[in-house]
Amino acid sequence: MPADPIAKTAVPPSTADFVRRSLVRKGRWGVAEIGFWAVAAATLFLLPERHLILNEIAIIGLFALSLDLILGYAGIVSLGHAAFFGFGAYMAGILAKHGFADPLLGLVVSALAAALLGFVTSFLVLRGTDLTKLMVTLGVALVLGEIANQASWVTGGADGLQGISMGPVLGLFEFDIFGTTAYAYSLTVTFLLFIVARRIVVSPFGLSLRSIRDNPLRARAVGIPVNRRLVAVYTLAAAYAGVAGALLAQTTQFVSLDVLAFHRSADIMLVLVIGGAGYLYGGLLGAIGFKVLQDILSAWTPQYWQFWIGLILVVLVLVGRERLTDKAKALRPRSRGRLAGQAKVLPTTTAGEV
Amino acid sequence: MAAALETRNLVKRFGGIVATDNVTFRLEQGARHALIGPNGAGKTTFINLLTGVLAPTSGQIFLDGVDATQMRPESRVHRGLARTFQINQLFPAMTPLETIGLAVSERMGGGRDWWRVTGSRREIVDEIVEIAQRFRLTDALDERTSNLAYGKQRLLEIAVAFACRPRVLLLDEPAAGVPEAERHELLATVAALPRDVSVLLIEHDMDLVFSFADRISVLVNGAIFTEGTVEEVSTDPRVRAVYLGESVDE
Repeated sequence: MPADPIAKTAVPPSTADFVRRSLVRKGRWGVAEIGFWAVAAATLFLLPERHLILNEIAIIGLFALSLDLILGYAGIVSLGHAAFFGFGAYMAGILAKHGFADPLLGLVVSALAAALLGFVTSFLVLRGTDLTKLMVTLGVALVLGEIANQASWVTGGADGLQGISMGPVLGLFEFDIFGTTAYAYSLTVTFLLFIVARRIVVSPFGLSLRSIRDNPLRARAVGIPVNRRLVAVYTLAAAYAGVAGALLAQTTQFVSLDVLAFHRSADIMLVLVIGGAGYLYGGLLGAIGFKVLQDILSAWTPQYWQFWIGLILVVLVLVGRERLTDKAKALRPRSRGRLAGQAKVLPTTTAGEV
Repeated sequence: MAAALETRNLVKRFGGIVATDNVTFRLEQGARHALIGPNGAGKTTFINLLTGVLAPTSGQIFLDGVDATQMRPESRVHRGLARTFQINQLFPAMTPLETIGLAVSERMGGGRDWWRVTGSRREIVDEIVEIAQRFRLTDALDERTSNLAYGKQRLLEIAVAFACRPRVLLLDEPAAGVPEAERHELLATVAALPRDVSVLLIEHDMDLVFSFADRISVLVNGAIFTEGTVEEVSTDPRVRAVYLGESVDE
């Protein structure tokens, strides 16, 4: 091979170290993260009278996490994510109603069923603009909602699916009326799935998703099979949403058409926007924020709480979450240099111009 | 020996317009070949045909002697064909480190790896470092790409393509828009590309073409107008006419 002076120079250990540390660092858990989950676990013991709402928060958090996987990491917008949530909920509810009362079995089956639905419908969202994707996902959820409405002999139709009775979790923990088992169960499942998601987003697969979100044209040009990756993450996110739906069905022992309703899809988008997309905690923090806001606002002004939620949403989107968090970061001296001020706009173009 | 890249009677029609007109072209192994031509000559279409973004109306494309006409774009990348873009196509929210790491790990089949942390593999780290040094990006590795100086972004643009370990590298106006002060650095890295990589340079800048290329092909109205050594093409009065008749720059 001809001389290639640059390749022959030894790799200085310092740079290699820096590169490795910088890449691996993202896989490590920060203090704040550990603190977050420690607090979550502590609420099991410290807030016994709030377990019902905490259970709901954990489920919404998982659902929003699922949306974050496709929206925050792969850039797929969806206004119909409730399709998978509702599908999982009905699957778990119907299973339990027909005597398969083991919760974990229900979770696994719901996850697989939702994944299958996600896989099949993923091919509809591969092409087209964001608007197309919004409409297609919205349409899929509407179709599913109407099917659930019509197929009342399995789903209970407008009356909802009644008569679900769940067995104990792991054969040990019966669901109780205070929601303690329910919350512990939902929190554990959410935590375990969070760990998996967190692992995935720092893997080469996760990196390739972010590259697709940022610039699909270039992602293709470095040899990434863009469509296959999108199908994979859409399927995964559908499974996550299915599990969230199953958790709701199992812990409330009731499923209604509401799980497939448009407002489910819209709310979960709202939750993710409140929490911020693309760093996994957004869904969880957003779920907390959303529920707490709902609680406070509806106590303060029961008729107009949606007005305030709406206003907050508009401000968040217009001012921009990044700018808000950057300002907060700029107040702390530690994060110098990396922020605004030097921001040069990157001259990128849309794919069509090349 | 088979050419690194070859086209035979390549044609691309858009409706009634012939954008690529019966192009038969060889890029020899290890070549430094420039493709020049006035605006609208069909250079971009030709690149898109080579990389598989567009399907040809007729004709064939060979990569290292293997028929690649029907291959998907990503398969061509895996077979050693990489390109850069005339207008930066980078990942604004990622760092150069992640960008290069992405290309390297993807090439090593890591894109299907969803469990290990990127950077846990020694060979990936070493290669990122090597590429960062080659393209003088070591001091900017952890910056957000959108915050890099334009010249650095241009270097990263080539570095990403290089990280695919191409045997054929298509450089689409690598120096376009780079300010004079940062130009030298960029040209030096282009000149220092290893000789086992065959390079096709698409360029408007004649200084760069003459200093870099061994051979030049001139594309006019979608067809190869003439081809030859730098000496031959630069003294060809017809080429001068084509270029003097039209504006050389954008």
